[in-house]
Amino acid sequence: MTTKKIYVYPVWVRLWHVLNAICFILLILTGMSLHFTTAEGNFIRFDISVAIHNVAAIIITFNYGYFVMGNIVSSNGKHYKNWRKNLATNLWRQGRFYAFGIFKKEPHPFPVSEDNKFNPLQKISYVIVMYLGMPLLIISGLGLLFPETIAYTVFGVSGLLLTDMLHITMGFVLSLFLLIHIYTCTLGEKPLSLFKGMINGYHDAHD
Amino acid sequence: MKTKKTVFSTILLALVVSICAQSADTLKIKPSFYEVSDYVDENENCLKCHGETKYSYSDADRGKTLTKIMYPDLIVDRDAYYDGVHRSFMCSDCHMGDFEEFPHSLDARMEDNFACIDCHGYDETYAQYHFEVIDAEFAESIHSIDGFSCWNCHDPHSYKPNMRDTEDIKEAIRFNNGMCLECHNNFSNFMLLSDKDEINVVESHDWLPNQVAHFRSVRCIECHTEINDSILVAHKILPKKEAVQQCAECHSRNSRLMHSLYKFQSQKDRKAGYVNSVILNDTFVIGANPSPLLDGISVVVFILSFLVILFHTALRIIKLRN
Ligand code: HEC
Ligand code: HEC
Ligand code: HEC
Ligand code: HEC
Ligand code: HEC
Ligand code: HEC
Ligand code: HEC
Ligand code: HEM
Ligand code: HEM
Repeated sequence: MTTKKIYVYPVWVRLWHVLNAICFILLILTGMSLHFTTAEGNFIRFDISVAIHNVAAIIITFNYGYFVMGNIVSSNGKHYKNWRKNLATNLWRQGRFYAFGIFKKEPHPFPVSEDNKFNPLQKISYVIVMYLGMPLLIISGLGLLFPETIAYTVFGVSGLLLTDMLHITMGFVLSLFLLIHIYTCTLGEKPLSLFKGMINGYHDAHD
Repeated sequence: MKTKKTVFSTILLALVVSICAQSADTLKIKPSFYEVSDYVDENENCLKCHGETKYSYSDADRGKTLTKIMYPDLIVDRDAYYDGVHRSFMCSDCHMGDFEEFPHSLDARMEDNFACIDCHGYDETYAQYHFEVIDAEFAESIHSIDGFSCWNCHDPHSYKPNMRDTEDIKEAIRFNNGMCLECHNNFSNFMLLSDKDEINVVESHDWLPNQVAHFRSVRCIECHTEINDSILVAHKILPKKEAVQQCAECHSRNSRLMHSLYKFQSQKDRKAGYVNSVILNDTFVIGANPSPLLDGISVVVFILSFLVILFHTALRIIKLRN
């Protein structure tokens, strides 16, 4: 079995990703702290949480813009297209692999290549997270940051409340994504090989 | 022809009516005053001077009439007066000295002013306001200094309860805070009562993020008084060292706002059920609006996902060990 190194994570993606991950973790920690405030206080002081959450939020927003621009101007964008093609059958094959095949050491059904670095499950989840989840999270977050821009009431319901509900829901959905994301990243050839890839840029492919 | 005439006369009538209606609105003494007070004409004996920016008086012996400008502080606004809770009063009900005379006599000037408690204390009719408790709280408050009384905040000639009947909580908050800023944002009023140096309220609250949003959404007294569940509006203003600075006092499940600002609203809402109080509420504070259902679902989903992951990991370890 020969090992070939494929360069799949260009430097700009890795820089984006590490900054994104750090901000994301800070946002989750401080967001949870804001959400579960009690009269006795919370595990991060409220005003400190607000400060950290706001700073991390601004950074991640610009970082997100950087990601979108990067995918527009570079070829990395191609991995986020054509996700609808044979969606059902592809997802079924990948899902079956994670549920059964992986335990029988079957080969990965969609091996990584320069043209196709994501398997269908990765692809659809990354597309949804990056092009639906993040925008909603950021827009609702910006609404909270500049409350004067939100409609005061929508059909008699507080606009701020609706915005916050959306924000909390998206925050939760994306936190759930992160949990699964980190786990599926251990499902490479070896538990740590995908993480190494995200650090040095190369994916180890086997022929 | 006949229809043309009717149309014409109808239009004319409408025009006349609207002009009359308008002039009633710009009238100094409006017909509506007579509906709320039996003493509008008597009051004019005072308001002909105190309701105007200029007043005149004459001396029969010299056959001379002088016109002078009324001191702004002594002007009583008619509209506000007949809108206040004490609109049915005659001026002389409270100003019992002989003010008919001008220049006002020394006797009249020496009159003691009534305090709210003189008329409202220990009276069943006003029990819901708890004047006695308010009076005691004020006596202990930081404002209990010489020359300071209930009247400094509650104008005798326009007062009406604001918080209690409000439909628009933001507007009520604006009104309330305006009351405090009358002195705390206007040093010329402040210095009449105290030798202290000028306080810049914006600067002394710059630790509060989003200050504008906060001052729009909470009252000054939220942070500057001690909560008292038996009255609607706490009156015991504490020294600045004892003011609330802890964010969690408001931004938490057990927010003090539920015991102060939203007291009335939340009591009404509680009767209407939980969902109403959370959804149909235009008041909303980060960290203080719990949604146990949403939180519960989130936690369960998270734990389930975690269990699936653990299970998958365990299988991988077992199956792939060899
Ligand atoms: C001719 C105009 C005029 C009329 C009528 C008049 N006032 Fe005055 N009043 C004044 C002026 C001018 C002052 C301020 C100068 C002064 O104190 O003499 C004043 C002062 C006062 C003060 C403040 C006194 C103080 O020393 O603090 C009161 C209270 C007062 N008026 C009440 C009344 C009442 C009540 C009436 C009606 C019964 C009335 N006035 C009728 C012109 C008038
Ligand atoms: C409910 C009682 C009450 C009624 C009714 C009332 N006043 Fe007064 N008035 C007061 C009190 C109390 C003060 C003293 C306010 C203070 O100390 O700040 C006062 C003060 C005044 C002053 C002195 C300036 C000021 O504002 O301090 C004038 C002038 C005056 N009143 C005019 C009138 C006129 C004119 C009427 C009738 C249209 C009237 N008042 C009706 C209670 C009343
Ligand atoms: C001279 C006596 C007197 C003084 C002083 C007085 N009030 Fe009144 N007040 C009355 C009377 C009488 C009524 C009832 C008026 C009516 O029903 O038309 C009333 C009505 C009210 C009401 C409306 C009560 C209700 O439920 O309808 C409030 C609130 C009130 N006063 C507050 C105050 C406050 C606050 C002060 C002091 C800043 C004060 N009053 C000073 C006599 C007084
Ligand atoms: C430092 C300013 C200040 C002083 C002094 C003050 N109050 Fe008030 N009071 C307020 C504010 C603010 C409100 C809330 C606004 C409103 O509802 O009108 C209020 C409301 C009230 C209410 C209506 C409460 C209700 O249940 O609806 C009464 C009654 C009252 N005050 C009585 C008094 C009495 C009596 C005194 C003097 C012993 C006094 N106030 C002194 C600021 C003050
Ligand atoms: C009529 C003018 C006036 C109004 C209205 C007024 N204040 Fe004051 N306030 C003063 C004066 C004067 C002092 C200083 C008292 C002293 O000399 O100790 C003071 C002091 C204070 C202090 C204490 C500051 C310190 O150094 O400890 C606080 C807090 C305060 N006011 C809050 C309020 C609030 C809240 C309101 C509105 C409900 C209000 N004030 C309305 C005149 C006013
Ligand atoms: C979120 C709570 C909060 C709100 C709302 C608030 N304050 Fe304060 N305020 C404080 C605290 C805490 C201090 C003491 C700050 C310090 O020690 O430096 C203070 C200080 C003050 C002082 C004394 C400042 C000095 O430098 O001596 C005044 C006067 C005052 N506030 C008035 C007001 C007025 C008027 C409003 C409404 C427009 C208001 N406050 C709203 C919390 C609050
Ligand atoms: C007196 C109660 C009170 C205190 C104390 C308080 N807040 Fe607030 N805060 C509120 C309310 C009410 C709102 C809702 C504002 C609105 O309607 O826009 C709010 C809104 C906010 C917001 C804006 C949220 C948004 O809509 O984007 C931030 C940030 C915030 N508070 C931070 C803090 C911090 C940090 C502290 C402590 C230093 C603090 N607050 C202390 C009552 C309080
Ligand atoms: C992983 C990402 C994020 C998570 C998990 C998250 C979570 C949360 C939570 C739980 C709250 C408290 C709401 C409440 O309990 O009522 C909150 C508040 C807030 N969030 Fe986020 N959030 C995230 C990202 C963002 C982003 C990207 C922005 C802005 C662009 C943002 C802006 C805000 C603002 C402004 C508040 C109000 C409190 C404050 O001013 O700090 N958040 N967030
Ligand atoms: C500690 C947190 C994180 C770790 C350890 C981690 C790890 C990894 C690893 C190892 C990869 C490469 C494997 C693969 O392509 O699937 C990857 C890719 C990716 N991750 Fe993460 N991740 C983290 C957080 C996040 C977050 C918060 C997001 C988005 C909100 C995210 C979005 C992505 C995307 C979009 C890719 C593909 C990037 C590309 O090549 O275009 N990651 N991550």
